Amino acid sequence: MKALRLVLTIAVALVLQTTLARFLVRGSGGVDLALVAVTYLGLTLGPTAGIFSGTIAGLAQDSLGGGIVGVGGLAKTVVGFLAGIVGSTFIVSQTLPRFVVFFGATLLQVGITTGLYFLLDPQPPIVGRYAVLAESLANALLGVVLFQVSEGIPGILDRRRGVSRGRVR
Amino acid sequence: MTNFPGIRQRSGYLFLAVAVGHIVLISAQVNTRSGVPVLQTVVFGALAEVQRATSGAVRVARGGWDGYVHLSRVQADNERLQQEVADLRVQLQLARAEAGRTAEMRTLLDLRGRLTVPTRAAEIIGSSATTDFKTLTIDRGTDDGVRTDMAVVSPAGAVGRIVMPTRRAAKVQLLIDRSAAVAVVLERSRAQGVAFGNGDAALRLEYLPSSADVAEGDTLTTSGIDGIYPPGFLVGRVDRIERAGGVVKSISVAPSVTFANLEAVLVVLAQPSPAVQEASR
Repeated sequence: MKALRLVLTIAVALVLQTTLARFLVRGSGGVDLALVAVTYLGLTLGPTAGIFSGTIAGLAQDSLGGGIVGVGGLAKTVVGFLAGIVGSTFIVSQTLPRFVVFFGATLLQVGITTGLYFLLDPQPPIVGRYAVLAESLANALLGVVLFQVSEGIPGILDRRRGVSRGRVR
Repeated sequence: MTNFPGIRQRSGYLFLAVAVGHIVLISAQVNTRSGVPVLQTVVFGALAEVQRATSGAVRVARGGWDGYVHLSRVQADNERLQQEVADLRVQLQLARAEAGRTAEMRTLLDLRGRLTVPTRAAEIIGSSATTDFKTLTIDRGTDDGVRTDMAVVSPAGAVGRIVMPTRRAAKVQLLIDRSAAVAVVLERSRAQGVAFGNGDAALRLEYLPSSADVAEGDTLTTSGIDGIYPPGFLVGRVDRIERAGGVVKSISVAPSVTFANLEAVLVVLAQPSPAVQEASR
């Protein structure tokens, strides 16, 4: 069940990223829905799930993106693992701590990928500070919303069940 | 709770193993000189099929959603007339969409007619999965004659080049990708240079002769000397020139193509020059 949830979340994030994200966000900045999904899974399911989701999402993005396969994979694996450690060590149930985790996850990913490309690529990426900041903010907001939605759904379903039972009686 | 340290230790080992795996994978690619890695081609080929299916599904879902919204809007009025109006509205929408698409195809066909080189029309089925790279996936591959380093153009100008063809799809590196470059000529002064992608929305123009006559608003077209892009295709317009002490420091170019709005393109089926083919090997 855990594995299915992991695979489905990553698949949905990648599908949305490759089909809809380019229409939603214009310009040099953007959102990384796969990173949001990896961080979310790390926080909710623990470090092992974070590692697997980071590896799957990162390698898939690398293959679709055109860079060195493994750079994004390594970055997202680190992010997923650390998100898992944070989620299992601290109580991250409030909006602000979650926002900080997603924000930090984006900065960490950008740091790792940019660092690796500076080491390996003769033409390393030009990283705009404002673009990174915008992406971090967008990812953090999406992450917080994702938590709100995923935590709100069971309550709504329970309330609906309660209402329908009341009607039967 | 008692198992917690053990679980953490296990995930630590797992993390180390996966990280080493990634590093080995990266190293293998960096050391190779044989072009595109096989792993990347295979995974891209498989994922391109997923993108194709997803693109189709999204299109169907979008169509279905639009139809539902239009029908539910008119349910408040008289049922028969309302149905009629709804049908007409839907038909109008479809006709408009079809007209828009036909107009786009017509411009593409016009361009195709003007070109002296053979081309293949292709639809865009996906975009890059990461913001680091500016690529698109098209629904034509080696089965349609598409090969590495073939130019991709649109009525608005040069779009990019094929970097990874599979049987039924191909990855297009856009001009704005940070690894992209195209040989250009300034239409007004005929000075030649090279436009490089920045990884953002603009290009930068370099290798212009120091005496070159360049001004903001100048139009750039492909010169053809790179052996990939046929000459005469619009690349962009000089947007900003930064000078320091009278010397040109940097030239920013606004691309002529709006990459986010592209839906269909033409692949120029002419083989790239032997020097380009040798270099890509």
